[in-house]
Amino acid sequence: MKYTFRILRFDPGVDQSPCFEDFVYETEEKKSLLEALMDIRNDQDCSLSFRYSCREAVCGSCGMVINGQFDLACRTMIESLNTSLIVIEPLPNLDIQKDLIVDMEPFWQALLAVEPYLFAGETEPGNGYRMEDRQIEKIDQFVNCIMCGCCYGACPVVARDERYLGPAALAKLYRFVKDPRDERGTKRWSRVNTETGAWGCDTVFKCNEVCPRKVRPADGIEGLRRSLILGKVQSVFKRGR
Amino acid sequence: MITHDILVVGGGLAGLSAVLSSDPRLSLAVISRVHPLRSHSVAAQGGINAALGNTAQGKDDNWEKHAFDTIKGSDYLADQASAELMCREAIQAIFELEHFGVPFNRSPAGLIAQRPFGGAGFPRTCFAADRTGLVIAHTLFEQALKRQTKVYEEALVTELIVENGRCVGVVIYDLASGQILPIRARAVIFATGGYGRVYLRTTNAYINHGSGIGMAYRAGVALKDMEFVQYHPTSIYPTNILITEAARGEGGHLINNKGQRFMAEYAPSAMELAPRDIVARAIQTEVDKGNGFEDEYVHLDLRHLGQKKIDKRLPSVREICLKFGGIDPVETPIPIQPAQHYSMGGVDVDVRCATSLPGFYAAGECACVSVHGANRLGGNSLLDTIVFGKIAGREASNFVQGLERKDGNEKSMLAEAAAEKAKVDAWLGRPGGKMAHHLLHDLKIVMSGKVGIFRTRKQLEEALEAIREIREDYGRAFISGKCLRYSQAVVNLIEFGYMVDLTEVITLGALLREETRGSHYRLDFPKRNDAAWLKHTLLSLRDGKPEVAYRDVQITKYQPQERKY
Repeated sequence: MKYTFRILRFDPGVDQSPCFEDFVYETEEKKSLLEALMDIRNDQDCSLSFRYSCREAVCGSCGMVINGQFDLACRTMIESLNTSLIVIEPLPNLDIQKDLIVDMEPFWQALLAVEPYLFAGETEPGNGYRMEDRQIEKIDQFVNCIMCGCCYGACPVVARDERYLGPAALAKLYRFVKDPRDERGTKRWSRVNTETGAWGCDTVFKCNEVCPRKVRPADGIEGLRRSLILGKVQSVFKRGR
Repeated sequence: MITHDILVVGGGLAGLSAVLSSDPRLSLAVISRVHPLRSHSVAAQGGINAALGNTAQGKDDNWEKHAFDTIKGSDYLADQASAELMCREAIQAIFELEHFGVPFNRSPAGLIAQRPFGGAGFPRTCFAADRTGLVIAHTLFEQALKRQTKVYEEALVTELIVENGRCVGVVIYDLASGQILPIRARAVIFATGGYGRVYLRTTNAYINHGSGIGMAYRAGVALKDMEFVQYHPTSIYPTNILITEAARGEGGHLINNKGQRFMAEYAPSAMELAPRDIVARAIQTEVDKGNGFEDEYVHLDLRHLGQKKIDKRLPSVREICLKFGGIDPVETPIPIQPAQHYSMGGVDVDVRCATSLPGFYAAGECACVSVHGANRLGGNSLLDTIVFGKIAGREASNFVQGLERKDGNEKSMLAEAAAEKAKVDAWLGRPGGKMAHHLLHDLKIVMSGKVGIFRTRKQLEEALEAIREIREDYGRAFISGKCLRYSQAVVNLIEFGYMVDLTEVITLGALLREETRGSHYRLDFPKRNDAAWLKHTLLSLRDGKPEVAYRDVQITKYQPQERKY
C-alpha cells in the first residue's frame, strides 16, 4: 500500500511560517502512524521531529491531529484511516517548537494552577485509609488521564482565551475534590469559580469526543459547577439562619 | 554554569521517589530525556507488592514471607539482607503512596485490595486496576509539583563528570535548544531505567536505551549481574506490548495448540503463576516443540473470566488487545509470546544506593542492589523503585551535607562538554557512513538471536564478536542534515555508544557464568551450581576493556534449596 503523508513542518528560528511537506510512504505491514513516522524520519528526513515514548497509549507523548481527528499516533493504525492521503498537524492552541512538537508549558501551568495534589488530612501516613471501591470508582475515569493534551488542543474556549484552564486541569481538580481523602475544602478550590475556570466551558464537549482514554473531562467540569452551586446555596442557607 | 546540590537523572518512579525523600533545603533538580510523565514507569500495569495481609487468603502473610518468596524467586542470588529490607519497608511505603493520593483498588472491608501474582505465597500485590504504574507516577509527579521541583525536561545526560575521584556533575544535550552543556552538582542520582531496546522483542518504551547504565560503566563503576535479563512471558504478538501478569493473577490460562494448559508439565502446583523465568521458558519450549501457533506464540485465554471482571480489573488489557491486536479478549484468546522486559542487573550499588564513586548514587531498574537476583518477581519492581529511590534521595542528601571539598572546576567541566560537542559535530560533518537506526537494528538482531532465553557458549562467543564489529561500525556513524534541535539521531547515536558497552557486558557475563540460574539458562550447563556460582558478577571498565570480579551472595537465614513451584 502506498500512502502520501502530508506533514506540517515548522522550525521557528528558520522558517517564516508552517508549511506542509509531502512524503511518499510504502508498506505492506500493519503499521501504527507512529511507526510510519519513524520510518519516514529514518529513511527520508532525519530532521522530522515528533515526541514519542511508550508506543502503547499510556505516556501521552504523541497526541496530534490526524486527518482532522485528534488522537495518539501510536494507537492509530494507518490502514484504519481508510485513505491513502494522511494529513498530520501538531496539536492546536499551543506554539510549535518544531514540526509536530508543541510547547506544552501553558498546559502544565494550567495544571499547576488547580493545585493538582492530594491535601491529606493527616500530615503523616498512618496505617491506611478505609475507603470503598465505589468511592474510588467515582474518580476512575479521571485517573485514567495521561495528560496528552488532546483535549486542550481541541478546546474552542482555549482557542479564544488562553487564560482558560482547559479540560484536563479542571478534570484533575475534580478528581481530588471527589477523593474522600482530600481535605482541601471548598473555599480553597473555589478559586476556579470564574470565567477562566469552571464557568469558562462552552459545553460543546469536544474534550469528551477527542480523549483517547475515555476520561470525559467535561463530566469533571460539570461536577465542579454542580458543587460550586451547591456550596453557594448552602452558604446562603447558613447565613439566612 | 547551572549548579545544584543534587541532580536526579530520570523522572520515573525511582527518580521521583528520590526527589520526595531528599532534604527540601537543598537545591535539587530532575533531568529527564522526556517529560517525567512520559517515563516508562507509567507502563507498569499489574501492581506493587507488600505483605499487608488484607485478604482472607493472605491474612497470615508477613514481610518475612515476602522476603522468602523474593529470595526463592531470585534463585538465591539476591542479597538476603537487602531483600529483607525492601520487604520490611514495603508496608509503610504503600501507606505513604496512599497518603500521597494513589487510588488503590479496595477490598470489601475498605482496605487496599491485593491480588495473587507469580511466585508469591499469598495475594500480596496492591493495584489500581491494571494501570498501577500510571497512577503512582502521576501521584508522585503531583507531589513533586507541590514541592516546586525544578525539572530540566527533554535533556539527555550524555556523561558523568568525575574530578579527583568524585562525581561533580553531568553533561547534557538539551533537545529544545540543541546545546550541549555541563551541569554541576555535589551529588548525582541515576534513576535512568532499563535497556529493553537493545532487544528486537521488548515490552519497553522506545526511550529505554539504557545509556545511564553505560555512563556509570564508562565512569569506572562496576556493573553487576548484567547477564540476568528478564523475559516477560506474556507480550502480545507481534508488537510485544505487555499483557500484565495480573491477567494470570486474575485467573487467565495459557493454552497451546493442542488445547492444553501446558504449565501443568512445568510447574504443576503454581501453574500459570510460577515465576516469570519458568513461565517464559515453558512458552518458548512449547513454541519450539511445534505446540505454538504460527511457530510464534501461544494463547492467553481470559474468556472464562467474563466481561465484567475483565472490564473492572483488566481494562487496559482489553483496550490494548482491541487497539493493537485487533481482538477482544472477552471473545478471543490473546496471542502472546515472551519478550525482554526487565534488567535484574545494573549499576553496582550497596544497600544505601551508593556506588563506588563518591557522590554518585543509583536506584530503580538501572541499579542492582541486589534484591531481584537472577529473576525478579512481578510486583517487586515498582516496590524497588519506591523503596530504594527513597533511600537514594536520603543518602545523597546526607552526603551533600557532609561534604567539605569544593565543587567541580568550571573550566574542565566546560571542556568535557566541548569534547562531547566535537563528537556530535564529527557525526554531522561526515559525508556518509552508518546511520543510527541501522546500527541499532544490527545490535538488536545479535542480542535477540544469540543472547536470548536459551544460551550456549557458541552463540555467546559469536555475539561478542558481532558486538565488537558493531563497535567498529559505530566509529563510522554519521547523521545526514545539520539541525541539532530535537534531533533523535543525535540522541540515538550518543546512547548507542553506551548500548554497545552494555551489551558486551551482558554477553560476557553470560558467557562466563557456566551454570543455569533464574533467567540465565545455559543449554550447555543446565543445572544451578551453588558450589561455584553463588556469587555476583562484577564487570568494570579497566584500560578500555571489561575486567571481571566476583562477590559472594549475602545469606541471612534462607539456605539455598531446589526451586520447585
